[in-house]
Amino acid sequence: MYEILSKQKLVPKIHLLKIREPILAKKSKPGQFVVLKIDEEGERIPLNIADWDENAGSIDFVIFEKGATTLKLASLKQGDSLVSLAGPLGLPTQIEKFGHVVCLAAGVAAGFIIPIAKAMKQKGNKVTSLIWQKNKKMVFWEDRLAEASDRLIIATEDGSYGQKGPAPVLLKKMLENGEKIDRVNAMGPGPMLKACSDITRPFGIKTIVSLHSIMVDGIGMCGSCRVSVGGKTKFACVDGPDFDGHQVDWKLFSARNSLYKDEEKIAIEQHFS
Amino acid sequence: MKKNNLNRVPMPKQKPKTRTKNFDEVALGYNSQQAKNEAERCIQCPNPTCIEGCPVEINIPGFIKAIVEDDMPEAVKILKEKNSLPGICGRVCPQEVQCEEKCVFAKKDAPVAIGRLERFVADWEQAHLKSSDQPLVKTKPKGKRIAVVGAGPAGLTVSADLAKLGHQVTIFEALHAPGGVLTYGIPNFRLPKNIVNNEIGYVKSLGVQIELDSVVGKKMTIDELLDNDFQAVFLGVGAGLPLFLNIPEENLNGVYSANEFLTRVNLMKAYKFPDYYTPIKVGKRIAVIGGGNVAMDSARTALRLGSEEVFIVYRRSETEMPARQEEIENAKEEGIKFKLLANPKRFLGDEQNWLKGMECYRTKLGEPDKSGRRRPLEIPGSEFIMDIDIAVVALGTSPNPLIAASTKDLEFTEKGTLLIDEKTGKTTKPGVWAGGDIVSGSATVISAMGAGQRAAKSIHATLMDSD
Repeated sequence: MYEILSKQKLVPKIHLLKIREPILAKKSKPGQFVVLKIDEEGERIPLNIADWDENAGSIDFVIFEKGATTLKLASLKQGDSLVSLAGPLGLPTQIEKFGHVVCLAAGVAAGFIIPIAKAMKQKGNKVTSLIWQKNKKMVFWEDRLAEASDRLIIATEDGSYGQKGPAPVLLKKMLENGEKIDRVNAMGPGPMLKACSDITRPFGIKTIVSLHSIMVDGIGMCGSCRVSVGGKTKFACVDGPDFDGHQVDWKLFSARNSLYKDEEKIAIEQHFS
Repeated sequence: MKKNNLNRVPMPKQKPKTRTKNFDEVALGYNSQQAKNEAERCIQCPNPTCIEGCPVEINIPGFIKAIVEDDMPEAVKILKEKNSLPGICGRVCPQEVQCEEKCVFAKKDAPVAIGRLERFVADWEQAHLKSSDQPLVKTKPKGKRIAVVGAGPAGLTVSADLAKLGHQVTIFEALHAPGGVLTYGIPNFRLPKNIVNNEIGYVKSLGVQIELDSVVGKKMTIDELLDNDFQAVFLGVGAGLPLFLNIPEENLNGVYSANEFLTRVNLMKAYKFPDYYTPIKVGKRIAVIGGGNVAMDSARTALRLGSEEVFIVYRRSETEMPARQEEIENAKEEGIKFKLLANPKRFLGDEQNWLKGMECYRTKLGEPDKSGRRRPLEIPGSEFIMDIDIAVVALGTSPNPLIAASTKDLEFTEKGTLLIDEKTGKTTKPGVWAGGDIVSGSATVISAMGAGQRAAKSIHATLMDSD
């Protein structure tokens, strides 16, 4: 059993969960994830690791209430436990000295891009974090993001805080203004990852996207998470989750990620209405 | 003189019409009279050849004699001397090509139904003996610690054998439940999960610890296990990587690997959705590609989930099918349709990327290939289209690359299987043994158990020698 040490609501629908797992607290690397299962009836879902504390023996997750399982996670309290948590899974993000790295994240991903930004900065890169939220109310961890980066740009969809406009458009403006960018690491919803990749392609900037596919085991056994990259089938769980955004078949990715859209509604109806 | 009955006592089964509506076990098992009648067919050969056919060398005439003599505790004892998982083996071993093939009756008529009798004894034990009646390990502790990676058939066997010899064993299992393929792969209607859990319970009662959620290669490496007080490591991680057809449009929504399809149902209980959270797409018309036991399991599972029409598509003829005859018959009785001598060429999808059909070509059989089975040859211009909404690819699996990626000094074959010494199970890395599907590629539960047994002997001998 994996105990929830603390739970905190960061902004509406987004929560921080701190869970006891001493080995993962020691072993996790930026970009990796776990597969967890809440209880007997639960499904196995992948969740990015947002932070880890070796001394406290804990790992952090930032979750967004969306599907049945994340809604259930959001309903848990300090002292509750999960029956299963396996990790750290996936290949860690490639951290090297590239020069100027843009860490771009939207929504809940602002929480788990931090380890990547931090590690990139530690490696001697100049790190710009470009964070996109719906509105002012949804902005969280501005302080942590600022600390992890050399420069922090916050943008909101409605312009109620920071700059206005979608993050990919701001990225495009940066490039058009002649800003030198050597690498982009992007996390967030598929359409945004695709938009970023489309923008950086003509500039020839390597763009690494973290693909959140539907997974079951998370260790390469089932192929649920398969994606097509450079014309080859890859398993996001073991070959990823990071891939070259310019090589990803985005149409396939978005189709496969909507596989259980109807069932998701049924499950929410069954358990939360 | 009493005449031997050359006809086996038939196995009572759930009727096809009833059983396709539930996930309960199809074969119901012998009652004690049926078991006794069947056991009496055994003529107790002085040099029993059946034992040679058993990968774990069970004293077969011995336990059968005990059934005849109504000494069930003795039958249990004899069985468990060599096999820690008899309820599982009695159900899923391919006895027809092992012990029963070697039975002297097999040449002329039906061999003694050894598998059904094994199952009878195991089930009798579950019904009559409490766990406190289990023989406790009296062997003196040897002070050796062994890490076993994977709680499937090979890992459970090696662990039980080593525990019986007085060693301290910890199994590291990647999933949230032990059993490996017994749990995620083989459906309840062929191998009930309470049987699996009971037999895993027996292994635990011998003192074996099972650590779940422990992905070796990620959470810890083999070298870390060896550095952390484990004197030996056994790798029984199986062949977890599903093979696909590598044909166009294989990533359409609705194309599953058999591993995924069965894992969703067996391990995650998607058949109880939405009470259980894991969904599965069932489909009206479903094609399962392949001819092995996993293909039969997938097809029969689809039927139970409510598919209207289920096809097995196989590129050879029924004779070459690797599935057990019993499973092929069960599938046919249940109404699975066999499309033989046909092979998919590509999948067809709609605008939204959903599977709607599969183009196949017909085949004819040519000369035997390396596997000894006749090679399927494409008949030009024979293409036809099957309207389906779900496809399950059941072509087998290859070894999971996680171990290879995280461990130095292990040698692998071109196929990705681990190189070992066949007799001992020793790998090329000192202190590391292996067995089961990671060595053989996808094979049977009992061959993995045989490998586990051989490795246990070698690990024991090596560790005791080093003192």
